[in-house]
Amino acid sequence: QNDGYRTLSLSGLVGFGSLPDQLVKKSTKQGFCFNILCIGETGSGKSTLINSLFNTDFDDPVSMHFLPSVRLRAQTYELQESNVLLKLTIVNTVGFGDQINKEDSYQPIVDYIDAQFEAYLQEELKIKRSLFSYHDTCIHVCLYFISPTGHSLKTLDLLTMKSLDSKVNIIPIIGKADSISKTELQKFKSKIMSELANNGIQIYQFPTDDETVSKINTVMNGHLPFAVVGSTELVKIGNKTVRARQYPWGIVQVENENHCDFVKLREMLICTNMEDLREQTHARHYELYRRCRLEEMGFRDTGPENKPVSLQEAYEAKRHEFYLEMQRKEEEMRQQFVQRVKEKEIMLKEAEQQIQTKFEHRMLMHQEVKMKLERKKKVLEDEISMFIEKKSNAELFQSQASVSTPILSLKRDKDRK
Amino acid sequence: SSLESAEHSMEPPAVPEEEMPLTTASDPEGCQLFGYVGIEAVLDQMKIKTMKTGFEFNIMVVGQSGLGKSTMVNTLFKSKVSRKASQPGQEERIPKTVQLQSVTHVIEEKGVKMKLTVTDTPGFGDQINNENCWDPIIKYINEQYEKYLREEILITRKRKIPDTRVHGCVYFIPPTGHWLRPLDLEFMRRLSKIVNVVPVIAKADTLTLEERAEFKQRVRASPRGAPGVPRVPSQPQLKARTPQIQEDLKTHAISVYPQEDFDQDPDDRALNDRIREEIPFAVVGADQEHQVNGKRVLGRKTKWGIIEVENPAHCEFPLLRDLLIRSHLQDLKDITHNVHYESYRVRRLNESNQ
Repeated sequence: QNDGYRTLSLSGLVGFGSLPDQLVKKSTKQGFCFNILCIGETGSGKSTLINSLFNTDFDDPVSMHFLPSVRLRAQTYELQESNVLLKLTIVNTVGFGDQINKEDSYQPIVDYIDAQFEAYLQEELKIKRSLFSYHDTCIHVCLYFISPTGHSLKTLDLLTMKSLDSKVNIIPIIGKADSISKTELQKFKSKIMSELANNGIQIYQFPTDDETVSKINTVMNGHLPFAVVGSTELVKIGNKTVRARQYPWGIVQVENENHCDFVKLREMLICTNMEDLREQTHARHYELYRRCRLEEMGFRDTGPENKPVSLQEAYEAKRHEFYLEMQRKEEEMRQQFVQRVKEKEIMLKEAEQQIQTKFEHRMLMHQEVKMKLERKKKVLEDEISMFIEKKSNAELFQSQASVSTPILSLKRDKDRK
Repeated sequence: SSLESAEHSMEPPAVPEEEMPLTTASDPEGCQLFGYVGIEAVLDQMKIKTMKTGFEFNIMVVGQSGLGKSTMVNTLFKSKVSRKASQPGQEERIPKTVQLQSVTHVIEEKGVKMKLTVTDTPGFGDQINNENCWDPIIKYINEQYEKYLREEILITRKRKIPDTRVHGCVYFIPPTGHWLRPLDLEFMRRLSKIVNVVPVIAKADTLTLEERAEFKQRVRASPRGAPGVPRVPSQPQLKARTPQIQEDLKTHAISVYPQEDFDQDPDDRALNDRIREEIPFAVVGADQEHQVNGKRVLGRKTKWGIIEVENPAHCEFPLLRDLLIRSHLQDLKDITHNVHYESYRVRRLNESNQ
């Protein structure tokens, strides 16, 4: 256990027994982050439970059933108790299980969780990084709300949990458990647990390796999934005011261990295992993500001859590759550009040609029309001159005729008479 | 539980139906707690966890031979942790070049397990020509950073990366009583850039209180005490004139631990200012117990009296111990990890990009 180093005994008080306190003091100053993901169908009691868990009103708007796809909505709150500052982020799945076709229901959730890991990984890989002050958004725990049908898990539940169990700590919860009777509940719980085991779904186990908490954690592990009831209403019972749901047939008290497992959940989630949840998220789920991602990007720990390859060299190689790729793309784009310019030039030349032809054609037409008109004009002029001639002839004739006309007319008149 | 209502109201930005926000909302809202939740239990959870995993602490002692380094380390940790003690019978010969030797032990107190590594530097400053005698030390420190970096960038990495980085380097200034020597300045200047350096005046029992005060004066800078910070009441002689070792340090831009740049908040600054006023501590080491006024105390017995090591009126050993162990041990580790290691990493990664 001591890695083979000698153990020495101290001859007096040295003072490093205060180390855990020093560490705690520093962490308190920094504050803690805790990020909870709630998955469950609309109306399964997620927001009410969170409000009850943290004894506050988080002001979460109620959502409708008609969203076309699942969305994740995250909100961050700052809670303070004594001198501990907690940055709590609640991520809600909006519209989960509402669609007619639920095939894509869990993908947005997986993407969201991966995105948080990715953001942390990017920060970790930076050259100048500030991990010390990084606001950790990785999901530390996923509360999965199972509908209180009393029968078994739905296919959607199984599929979703299967796709998430290697990415996040899952704690299954039966929401709105006041609709199940005690006997039904026991059967329901064992059915759920056996279905989870049969499908190879790994939910979060409360740690049992430390003596201080192993006993209580083992007991609690046996109570999973927790059947909870949440309430935002306060009811006066006797001389106390408690969170409860008031029915005509009785009052369900949220914090009464006989009525539901709410107290157990709060105990496990916050008071006993918050730190372990955070640690598991980083030591197990994040490391797994990181390993897969780095391997995806082409990094290896050992080179082809099984010699350790430093990440530096891999970085260098990747950078070089990337640089070459950039150069190639640049060349490609330049070629494309030149090509396009050529094509455009050709197009424009053609257009020019066309216009030229049109112009000439029009010119020809113009000439023809002009000639036609000239001819017509000539014809008309000829007609006019003939007419004038005729007119002058007629006038001449008329003047001659008027000299000899009176006799003729008299004669005509006489005849008439 | 106290009710804290720091309301910064913030609505998450309206997202059109097709988009899926993959990042959290930016500003946190402050919320009022209506009753006890149990958040502070996380502090106990942390304590239990750290006590289970234990701590690592690596300290380096640098100084010419004969300045009492090994004795000092033994006195600090109340056990024979130094190299000499763990290799009894070896002839003490001054090596021709500076060598570094590390010894690791596991010690436990109040359920807290600590893996302590003491690195000694025999040969430092002992040669006729001491040029570059700090190079092996710098190389060693950087090697530890390199080791850690290599572990950290592995694809499949260990859950707990073994930490051999030097968290604190205690530099022993000989009690000449005059000025800092060129060797002292050179060493501290170079090393304070890569590691936390804590300078101490060694074998301070050869200086009277006045001489001690004068020496400190010459090495310290004028105290830039924060306004309103009450000066720690102590013997007037020690604080008579403007300290000059700090002046020396300031002139040469040597920033020793606790560094001013890393004070996190006003409380920190006030506490560290008080410490900075006392630096360098004048210390005496002893590993033998003597009887004084019916009590057994650690001390050095001379013909003219017993110098009690843990008596603040005799020497400043308690201050050094408090700084290194009781109050700032975690801080030493944090600064090593968040500052020195990160700057090493930046240098190293930039190197390979050129």
